[in-house]
Amino acid sequence: MDIIAVLIAAAVVGAVGILAGVLLGVASEKFKVSVDEKEIKIRELLPGNNCGGCGYPGCDGLAAAIAKGEAAPSGCPVGGEPTATAIAAIVGGEVSSRKMVAHVKCAGTCEKAKEAYEYFGPKDCKLAANAPGGGPKACPYGCTGYGSCKAVCQFDAIQIVDGIAVIDKDKCKACGMCVAECPRHIIEMIPYEAEAVVDCNSKDFGKDVKANCEVGCIGCGICQKNCPEGAIVVENHLAVIDYEKCTGCGTCKEKCPAKIIH
Amino acid sequence: MKYTFKGGIHPYEGKELTMDKEIAEYLPKGDMVYPVSQHIGAPAKPVVKKGDKVLAGQLIAEAGGFVSANIHSSVSGTVKAIEARLTASGSKVSSIIIENDNKYESVEFTPISKPVSELERDEILDAVKAAGVVGMGGAGFPTNVKLSPKNADEIDRIIVNASECEPYLTSDYRRLMEQPEKIIEGLRIALRLFKGSKGIIAVEDNKPEAIKLLREKLGEDSDITVHSMKTKYPEGAERQLIYANTGRYINSKMLPADVGCIVHNVDTIYSIYEAVREGKPLITRIVTVSGDAIENPCNLKVRTGTSYAELVEAAGGFKGTPAKIISGGPMMGKAIYSLDLPVTKSSSAILCLSRDEASEYEPSACIRCGRCVSVCPGRVMPNQLARLANAGDMDAFIKNNGMECCECGCCSYICPAKRPLTQVIAGTRKLVLANKKK
Repeated sequence: MDIIAVLIAAAVVGAVGILAGVLLGVASEKFKVSVDEKEIKIRELLPGNNCGGCGYPGCDGLAAAIAKGEAAPSGCPVGGEPTATAIAAIVGGEVSSRKMVAHVKCAGTCEKAKEAYEYFGPKDCKLAANAPGGGPKACPYGCTGYGSCKAVCQFDAIQIVDGIAVIDKDKCKACGMCVAECPRHIIEMIPYEAEAVVDCNSKDFGKDVKANCEVGCIGCGICQKNCPEGAIVVENHLAVIDYEKCTGCGTCKEKCPAKIIH
Repeated sequence: MKYTFKGGIHPYEGKELTMDKEIAEYLPKGDMVYPVSQHIGAPAKPVVKKGDKVLAGQLIAEAGGFVSANIHSSVSGTVKAIEARLTASGSKVSSIIIENDNKYESVEFTPISKPVSELERDEILDAVKAAGVVGMGGAGFPTNVKLSPKNADEIDRIIVNASECEPYLTSDYRRLMEQPEKIIEGLRIALRLFKGSKGIIAVEDNKPEAIKLLREKLGEDSDITVHSMKTKYPEGAERQLIYANTGRYINSKMLPADVGCIVHNVDTIYSIYEAVREGKPLITRIVTVSGDAIENPCNLKVRTGTSYAELVEAAGGFKGTPAKIISGGPMMGKAIYSLDLPVTKSSSAILCLSRDEASEYEPSACIRCGRCVSVCPGRVMPNQLARLANAGDMDAFIKNNGMECCECGCCSYICPAKRPLTQVIAGTRKLVLANKKK
């Protein structure tokens, strides 16, 4: 075999390589996709769980949305205040310093809340809502306890105990997935340090509440009358606490005749 | 051609309990409850207030929109309250409550006695609308709306659904046996609305006497034929009924009118007759009270608004303790947990069963036998849909034609693993529809 043939082959391959390299180099400059530098920085600050709690497709999606100004710097519920402050430093804007947690507005456990009938259908909150009366629980507002919220929680913060969902305050990252999932809308976001919470979601008259559950808000309004800060309002026969005004004095807990404020 | 469709099941019929018993009239004793939403569409608007005196047949709530229906009092008495009451659907609905004075004083009705060939289109539709007639087979779609489709010229078949394929129910059968002339006259009035249309009375072949009687009464009528259909559930489901009788096929996105058909239940046709020929509003219907936990199973002619508890009592009360009470038929009816419910325009039956068949088995894993697929009259794959529904994958559910399900219950009935297929699919369909509205 001829050494020249080998050299020619090497030269051709080498020349093709150089040509391709130059073309790629030119193309990468010419067809460059400009990435917002802010987006990259924000993405680095985000936790990277890709939980979807922000409502965007993962952390990349949220970073892009914040960089474009479509989402607030505090858009990531998992990172909480430190992340939000760091992001705010890049894009500007204000950040509230309150840590929030999810709270289930129902204390109607198997013993305390009555069931209207035996139920044999699918054990899923959303599908059980299709059963007569929206599920076997006599109270149409209470927790059905089939754990749709537990299934969507990425942080193992929800357990079903005695037929109702219970949230572990320390594990909860306030991502809001459970709030969106619950078909009865009984999960709300409250400040981590909230001193008083109403453990009921029933908008029925007091008589109907009592007939269905031992631990329901009867809408008597005693808490509203006694709250020194005017932080409790009874709407639709249900006490609602305004955490902007609540000082955590505990008067409502003492005065509540049904003992549903904890 | 044998009038039938592909798929379906043959459950225990249970019709012998009430089939040969004549309809007995029941006069209510307690308070009457009239939910303002007894039909598909906008709720009716109450036109009476607390303390008003009303007569039987008087309008108490008027249609709240185009797709809506009037509601009339079925007794004379005083309006006691307008408040939310539990209905057979399991939720509370705003209702007009009337204290019955047991006198049954009635308003004067104005019948139209012209021969059918002289009846005007508007005359018929106005009478039906004023009478508040809705589909009495279960869904409760306002009849005057159904009778005025956009393509009225293309309608060439009116099918009277007398298949009564749900087990236990015999109210339509009794209506056919006792008042066949009125059904035929009602159908002739409906046919008058659509020039050149033909009527079909579709009866399952497990009611040979009704078929014979109808054919006798019709004689040599060229406009109306009686079809004897193969007995099979769900022969009376709208899509299956149209396919079996005309060979035309519709899916969930189409209306019967799209293939030139209009389908009415026997009782609805009867109510059209009453509305036109007697000027009477829809205030009575026949309810089958049956099941093995009822002392005297029977068919009762009852006034709307009567409490279920009174009907059970009228049928001799319970025999033993019922394990399950169903409003409607066993396949598509709803299990109820209280008897303090009013009879509405579309309540067809109260079934009291001593054994809860649904509760006896715990569901086990799907063995992929495919029986649900072979019985599904909607020709979808219930096993696949249930899997997607359980995973909450709505997009795939729609893609696999989940919306074609008519919730007939055949798949749950046939499933050897006792999986709650219909329940899961029905629940997901509701969620999909709710998402669409958003």
